[in-house]
Formats: sequence, C-alpha cells, structure tokens
Amino acid sequence: MKIKNFSIVYILWMLIFTIIPMALIFIFAFTDKSGEFTLENFFYVGRYSNVFLRSIGLGAISTIVCLILGYPLAYIISKISVDKQNIVIMLIMLPMWINFLLRTYAWMTILENNGLLNRFLSILGVAPISFINTSGAVVLGMVYNFLPYMILPIYSAIAKIDKRIVEAAQDLGAGKCNVFLKVLLPLSLPGVISGITMVFVPAVSTFIISKMLGGGANILIGDLIEMQFLGSTYNPHLGSAISFVLMILIFISIGIMNQFDDSDEDLDEVGCK
Amino acid sequence: MKKKLFFFIFIFFLSFIVVFSFILYKNSQKSKITINVYNWGEYISDGSNGALNVNEEFTKRTGIYVNYSTFQSNESLFAKIQNGGAKYDVIIPSDYMISKMIKMDMLKKLDFEKIPNYSHIDESFRSLEYDPTNEYSVPYTWGLVGIFYNKKLVDEEEKNINWNILWNKKYSGKILMFDNPRDAFAISQIRIGISLNSSKKSEWLKAANDLKQQKPLVQAYVMDQIFDKMSNGEAALAPYYNGDAATLLERNKDIGFVIPKEGTNKFVDAMCIPKNAEHPVEALAYINFMCDPKIAAENIKYIGYSSPESAAKSQLDPKVANNKICYPDDQVLKNAQVFTALPDELNAFIDSLWVNIKTGEEGNPFALIAVLIGFILLYLIVFLLKKKKNKTV
Repeated sequence: MKIKNFSIVYILWMLIFTIIPMALIFIFAFTDKSGEFTLENFFYVGRYSNVFLRSIGLGAISTIVCLILGYPLAYIISKISVDKQNIVIMLIMLPMWINFLLRTYAWMTILENNGLLNRFLSILGVAPISFINTSGAVVLGMVYNFLPYMILPIYSAIAKIDKRIVEAAQDLGAGKCNVFLKVLLPLSLPGVISGITMVFVPAVSTFIISKMLGGGANILIGDLIEMQFLGSTYNPHLGSAISFVLMILIFISIGIMNQFDDSDEDLDEVGCK
Repeated sequence: MKKKLFFFIFIFFLSFIVVFSFILYKNSQKSKITINVYNWGEYISDGSNGALNVNEEFTKRTGIYVNYSTFQSNESLFAKIQNGGAKYDVIIPSDYMISKMIKMDMLKKLDFEKIPNYSHIDESFRSLEYDPTNEYSVPYTWGLVGIFYNKKLVDEEEKNINWNILWNKKYSGKILMFDNPRDAFAISQIRIGISLNSSKKSEWLKAANDLKQQKPLVQAYVMDQIFDKMSNGEAALAPYYNGDAATLLERNKDIGFVIPKEGTNKFVDAMCIPKNAEHPVEALAYINFMCDPKIAAENIKYIGYSSPESAAKSQLDPKVANNKICYPDDQVLKNAQVFTALPDELNAFIDSLWVNIKTGEEGNPFALIAVLIGFILLYLIVFLLKKKKNKTV
C-alpha cells in the first residue's frame, strides 16, 4: 500500500518533466507566433533536409563503427576472469567521468593542422593531413564519446549467457564459427539492439561535436535546433517542428530495431530459459 | 494512531515555520528596495583584483540593493523577458535586440530628466538607428568588428588589409569566419556595398552567393574558438570584436588587429528598462549612476570594450585611451553601421541561406519526405518479414 503511494511521486515527476514538455513541443510545432494552428513550420523544416540526411548518415556510420569496435571488445571482456572484467569495465567507463565537452575539446588539439597528430606525422616525414573540420572528425568524435554505450549493453548480454548452452553446442559438434553464429550472436542480440539504439539516438541529435570538430560547416540537426533557440532568429516554433520530425524519425528507427529483438520470445517458446 | 498525530503536529509546525519566515522575509523586503539588473556575463567591474565593486558602490550611495544576474546571449534575454517569468528593472541588450524590443513594445520610455549624467554621453552615440527617437536606451559600451591577422603568416602590410583579404585564395584554409549568420553576412555586405539592415531578399541572396564563394577558403566557422585557433597559429586571419583584441594580442605577440576603413559593424550595448519593471524609479537612478564618468571608467577598465563617454575615456590610462583599436579614428567610425532588428520572416530566410552556405547544398523538402517514407517502408518490410518467419517456425 505504502509503496503504491510512493509511486505517485514518480508519476507526478513523469507528468511534469516528460509528458508536459512533449505536449509543449507538439503545440509549439503546430502553431505560429500568434498561437494559431499552422503547418508552415514543417514546410520550413523541408528547407533543411540536407541537414537531416547528413545527421542520419553520420549517425548511422558512427553506430556501425561503434558496433564493429564494440562487439569484439565486449566479447573479449566477457572471456577474461571476473576480477579483471571489473577493472576493464571501469577503464571503459573512466572517460565518461570526464566532462563531455572537455573530451571533445581534447580531440580538437590532437587533430588540428598544428596539432599533436600532425606534429608526429611531420617527424615521420608525412605532409600534414587535415583531419579536423571534416565529417570524418565528427564521426570520430561521436564514436569516441558514445562507444561505452555500445560496449556495456553487449557485454552484459554476453556475460548473462549460460556457459552450459555454449558447452552443449560444442558437445553437439559445432565448430567455433557455428557456436558464435548460431548460439552467441542470437543470444547477445538484445544487447546489440539496445547498444545500437543507445548510440544512434544521441549521435543523430548531438550538437557540440560537429561545432568543435566539424568546423561549423558540418551542421547536424542538433546545431539546427540550437540555432532556433539561441541564435539570432529565435524561432521556438520552427525549433519544435524540427525536434518533432527528429522524434518521429528516432521513434521509427527504434521500432525497426525492436522488430529484431525477438530472441527472448523464441527462447521462451523453445523452453530454453 | 499515535503516529498519525505526531505526523500532523509535525506538518503543522513545518507550515508554521514556513509562513513565519515568509512574513519575516516580506517585512525585511519592505524596508529596503532591491532592483534586479540583468547584464552580460563578465560585463561589470565586480571588485576582483582590487577594482571597484560597482554594485556595492551603488548601494552605498543610494541605499538601494542590487540583485545582479547575467545572460549569455541577446536571445536568451529576450526569451526570458517575453515569457514574463522573471521581472528585471535594468537590462543591457545589444542594438538589434533593443530595436526588436521597441517594436514589440517591451521597453519603457525613459525619463531623461532623472538621468542628469546622460549629458556625458557623446553626441555620436545618441539617436542611433536602433533607437532613432532616443527614448528607450542609454549606451553602456560599444565595439567594432575588425580583422585579426598573424603577422608571420600574412604578407600584406597592415594598411593594405581590408575585408577582401578574407576572400584571398592565397590564404585558403587559413581563414576563420563568424559562426552566426548576422555577423558573417555583415562582412560580405560591407565588402559588396549593401546595407547591413537591407530588407530586400535579393540583396541577401547576393551576399549569400559571395559567402558561398568564400566557403572553400574557410578553415572553420567559429566564435570563441578563435582565441585558441589564432593564438596557436592554426589560422592566419579571423574577423572578431575589438574588445577582445587586448586578450588575444597578449597571448601571441605576432597577432595584429585591423579595423578596415571601408566600413565595419559597430555594436552598442545599452541600458533599458523593461515594461514590467517593478522599480522603474530606482532603475533610472541605477542608469544615472552607471553614466557617472568615474563609474563608467571603472567598468570600462574591467570590461575592455569602449566607452561612449569622452569624460570616462579621459580617466583611463592614456595608453588605453589613445589606443586605435579601442578608440579608432573618426573616419573608421563614420563608415561603421549598426544592426537593427529584421522582420521574423527575413530572419528565417537568412537562417536557411546560412545553413545552405555552410553545408554547400540546397535543402529539398521532397528529400525529407522521401526519408520519412523510406523509414516507414523499412519498418513495414522488417515487420512483414518477421511475421512470415514466425509463421514458418
């Protein structure tokens, strides 16, 4: 009874800080300055389609890179002894304790034309390569910042897998390749799915990385929204409309991802769990 | 039962304490008046490093307390005043924002009889374009946009440097530009001779084309990052505000600063009183106090921007007062233009031009619709495939 009463606090919290802001975005997106209903904002959003395409593209690339880098690492971590596992996991989390802005700023000094990397290359006799102010640098920034969000869920999914299942597969004559493809991969899929969601969503809507590493020319949706609220135009209606379209896109992509996430149900049916 | 009783007593006491302290607080408020001042960050002499604490001095002189808070951009100030969430008595926005707020009837007309120190404000800072009738604002500081250049990387002599150098192919990849549309367009507009406050879309398009041609030469579009990028030699040329020249010139001896004679953008930050101010009379006293040449000089010493008062200028270190960066020749000033507010619709148009310049491509509404439809189709395909698979299982 008491616990039930206590949950009201959370419901209230949700109402004030989740439902009402969402409703406000919705209202702002469909109204103009005088508060009347309009679809004009969405017409203006169309002007920025290139920014949407770029954001989705760069977000997808960094998600794939994170997956390629993160999955093997998560697998390796799950194979080492438990004591070491904790240390490695802490090391992965460690950069997350440092402020996001500072981490990105550090990359700026590394990638600049006079930066650490190019100085090192000039010692080797390689002509300076411009790393900074390219979309590659933006992807690098996203991968660096969001990689832990990929590794951790995959790791916990793999760590949860019952070793006996793997042993059973081996007993039945499955090779290493088959064990991985037919047993480990499907069972770790939920982790992969939540990893992809956790990287893709913030990567698409990030804004400061593109400003610091992309030289301002690699505008992403986040920058565009920031421009509407803090820029010289100050147009919260357009800003909300952009957020709204972004929300729909993310909503659909999560929907797509969830369709893959059926391994749990299958297992229940087969009776493995 | 006992527990409940205890609980009620506890609640009763708690509310009693709250009400009592609130009454005490209200009473203490009555005896002293506090005005709310809203200014840019780092934009007043605050008593650090032995400087005068201007707000404390005001309280000492008048007995009026100051509740001082700061903002980061004109837009955040505007949003706060418009939402009506907070009531301020004195605000210090920039030129174009003042003109916008005048148009939207958000500012109070000032009673200049209560601001005798207004006489110290130089003639050239009265009735500027943003407040043409000179009824709503009293200038606080001003500044100009100029070009920072690295003497080691730029061959041209100082007198030959003008806005065209930012379009010079020789410095490709070494040029920084403003990362906000109004400032960036202003440079191109001065270069090709268009008014900064033009209301013709065709003229803005012309400037946009000019900026598009410059884009391949630009290393990055930045704001505060120019401090880092210029001082470590990453970039050779960058337009920025003269008030920050002292900081940057100190960091790297090779850096010079030029204000092109052909014209530039002059910005003025001025004190205003919002319509909903609770203590307008005390606010006038504060504005008058800030115009006192002694106080103005103290503030200018701390801020580093220029003062609109000659009397305050004469109290500064002659090195600063005769510094051509902060107080350039009349000829430079004569060609300088001030921003005024543009219609919302034009602002939105400029924003989209700006994004197109930076991304190098035109937006196409159909592309966005195609993306949305593509996403939905993908969802349906995956959904159907899964259904099929489940059936076969």
